[in-house]
Amino acid sequence: MKKTSLIAYLRTKRVLFIICGICLIASTLFFAFAWSAGLVGGRTTTQTFLKDTPSTFPAGYRRAHGKGICFDGTFRASGKGVPFSVARVFAQQKVPAVGRFSLGSPDPYAPDNSTRTVSMALMLTADDGEQWRMKLNNEPFFATRDAKGFLKQMDAYKPTPATGTPDPARVKAFLKEYPEAKKYVTWDAAAPWTRSFAGAQYNVINSFILIAENGKKQAIRWSMRPHASFTSWSVSQRKQASHDFLFEDLKKRLQKGPLYWDLVVTLAESGDPVNDPSQVWPESRREIVAGTLEVSHVFDQANGGCRDINFDPTRVPKGITLSDDPVLLARAGIYSHSHNSRVREIGYGKATDAVGKRQNDNRKNK
Amino acid sequence: MARKKNIPSAPPTHFNTTARILHWLMAAMILAMIFVGLGMMTSLTWRPWLLDLHMPIGIAILLLVIIRFINRLSFSVPKMPASISNFQSTAAGTLHWLLYAMMLALPLTGWAQLSAGGFLVKLFPGINLPSILQQSPFLYALLHDAHRVMAWLLFLMVVGHLSAALLHAWAYRDGLFSSITWGKKMINRSEEHFKKSDSLRENCKK
Ligand code: HEM
Ligand code: HEM
Ligand code: HEM
Repeated sequence: MKKTSLIAYLRTKRVLFIICGICLIASTLFFAFAWSAGLVGGRTTTQTFLKDTPSTFPAGYRRAHGKGICFDGTFRASGKGVPFSVARVFAQQKVPAVGRFSLGSPDPYAPDNSTRTVSMALMLTADDGEQWRMKLNNEPFFATRDAKGFLKQMDAYKPTPATGTPDPARVKAFLKEYPEAKKYVTWDAAAPWTRSFAGAQYNVINSFILIAENGKKQAIRWSMRPHASFTSWSVSQRKQASHDFLFEDLKKRLQKGPLYWDLVVTLAESGDPVNDPSQVWPESRREIVAGTLEVSHVFDQANGGCRDINFDPTRVPKGITLSDDPVLLARAGIYSHSHNSRVREIGYGKATDAVGKRQNDNRKNK
Repeated sequence: MARKKNIPSAPPTHFNTTARILHWLMAAMILAMIFVGLGMMTSLTWRPWLLDLHMPIGIAILLLVIIRFINRLSFSVPKMPASISNFQSTAAGTLHWLLYAMMLALPLTGWAQLSAGGFLVKLFPGINLPSILQQSPFLYALLHDAHRVMAWLLFLMVVGHLSAALLHAWAYRDGLFSSITWGKKMINRSEEHFKKSDSLRENCKK
C-alpha cells in the first residue's frame, strides 16, 4: 500500500528530520541571542549612541562631558523631604558628597568658552549605605521628547562638508518630526551663557518618583539652586576668555570659602508631563528645599575620586524610583557603555593624561 | 529497572529528585539570565528594570549551584548508556563540570565587578550585598570582560548541551534524557533501539 510505504519511508529518514529540528532550535536560539545583543536587526541600542565616538578619542575620558573637575562636599538635609520619601538622605544631618563639575562638550580638551552647557554630577552616600547618583545640567529642559530624537538631532545638525554648516533641509525635516525641539533652539539662541560654575543652576531635567512611608508616590524633578548669583558675559568677553577660565574661576572662589546649592524639589501635579523631558512644568508648582549642598574643595580628575565613578542617574536609593521618562531610561545603558570603555582604558593602562601620566603623544581629537 | 533501584551498589537510572528539580529550575533561570544580561546592555527602555532582575536572580543561581554541587558530589549518578562512545561520554562529562564552573563563576564575577566599580549589589530596594573587593579600575575592567566573555561562552555551551540532549531524547532514545526527567528509562529496551542508532550512525557518516 502506498500509504504505509510513505510512513516507512519517513521512518527511515526519521533521524534526518530530528537533526533538522535540532538545528532549527539551535539556530533560533542563536538568532535570538544575536538580536538581543544588537548584532543583527539593526535596531537602535544604547551602544548606537556611542558609535560616533572616534577611535582616536583620548583614552580614559568620558565620551561626553570629558573636561571636568572633581569635588568633595557635604549635603545637609532640611528634613522637608521626609514626608515625601523614606530615603535616608532627606533626614540625615550630614551626608558625604562626591561630585564633578564639567563642560557639556565631549572634547576633554575643549576651551571653556566653547559651550554653554555646564554640569554637576553628584553622588550622596547615606549612612544606611544607599547611594543617590545624579547628573544635572544647566539647561532647563531636554531638546527632544525621547532618546532617539537626540540621535536624529545630532544627525540633522552635522555640518555638511561642502558648506561647513548644517543642511537646512535636514534640520527642517528634524524639526518637523520633533517640533518640541524648536523650543530648545529658541532658548539656545537667546539665553545668556553662564560665566561661572558657581552661579549656575543645575537641573535634573528627567522626572523621578518619591515614595513616602505610607507608600504614597509623588512625581518630582529637582534642581541645585546656587547661593552665588548668576553672572553672564558678553560675546566679546567670552571670546577673549582664557582656555580654562571657568575652572580657574571655580578654584579661585573655593579658595575664599565653600560654595552652596539648595536642593530644590519640584512636586508634579496630575497631568504634568512626567514622561517628557522636553516639557517644563508650570512655574506655580510647589517647591521644597530638601537640603543644601556644600562644595568645599575641588581636585584634578586625573587623581581619581570622581574619575572612575559612573554618576548613573538611574541608581537611586530606596525611597526614590524612576519615572517612565524615556530619556532617563535610555541614559542608563548609554552611561554604562561610556563608563565601561573609559575604565577599561584606565584599568589596562592605555590612558595617559586622563590619569595624569605624561603624554608622549597628545591624541587630541579636534 | 525498578528492581535495580533498590540495590544500593547499582548505579541509579535517574538523577535524584533534587538534581532533577534544580537542573530544570536553573536551566530556565540561566537561559533567562543570558537574555536579561544582553537586554540590559542594549535596551533603550528596559535596562534599569532588567538590571534589577539580573542581580537577585544571579545571586539565587549562586546559592542554588552550591546546593546542587554538594548534592552532585554526595549521591551517585546514572551511568552513561553503554551505547555511548568513550569520547562522547568524556566530552559530556567535561562539559558538565565546565557548566558547573560557569554557574559559579558568572555570579561571582558579576558581584565582584560591581564591587570593584563602586556600585551597590542591589537585591531589593534597600537591601544590598556587601562589597567583596576593593575599588579598582583594573579589577573592574578585568572582571567586566571576564563576565561578558564567560556569559557568551556559556551560551554556546548551553546550546551544545541542549542539542546533544535532544539528540539523545529523540534519536538515540537511550534513556540519557529521561535520566534527568521523570520519564521512564528506556535503556536496552529492544532491538529497535539498536536499529535506530545504527541508522543514525549511517546518517552521521554521510
Ligand atoms: C540621550 C541623550 C544623552 C546622551 C546620549 C548622553 C551621553 C552622555 C555620555 C556618553 C556621557 C559620559 C558619561 C560617563 O562616561 O560617565 C554623559 C555625561 C553627562 N551627561 Fe549625558 N547624555 C544624554 C542626556 C543627558 C541629559 C538629559 C542630561 C541632563 C541632566 C545629561 C547630563 C550629563 C552630565 C551632567 C554628564 C557628566 C557626568 C559626569 O561628570 O560624570 N545627559 N552624557
Ligand atoms: C548565571 C548567572 C549570570 C549570567 C548568565 C549573566 C549573564 C550576563 C550577560 C549575558 C551580560 C551581558 C554581557 C554583555 O553582552 O556585555 C551580563 C552583564 C552583567 N552582569 Fe551578569 N550574569 C549572571 C550573574 C550576574 C550576577 C550575580 C551579577 C551581580 C550581582 C551580575 C552582574 C552583571 C553586571 C554588572 C553586568 C554588566 C552591566 C554593565 O556593565 O552595565 N551578573 N551578565
Ligand atoms: C535548556 C535545555 C536543557 C536541556 C534539554 C538539558 C538536558 C540535560 C540532560 C538530558 C542531562 C543528562 C545528561 C547526562 O546524564 O549526561 C543534563 C545534565 C546536566 N545539565 Fe542540562 N539541559 C539543559 C540546560 C542546562 C543548563 C542551562 C545548564 C547549566 C548551565 C545545564 C547543566 C547540566 C549539568 C551540569 C548536567 C549534569 C547533571 C548534573 O550534575 O546535574 N543544563 N541536562
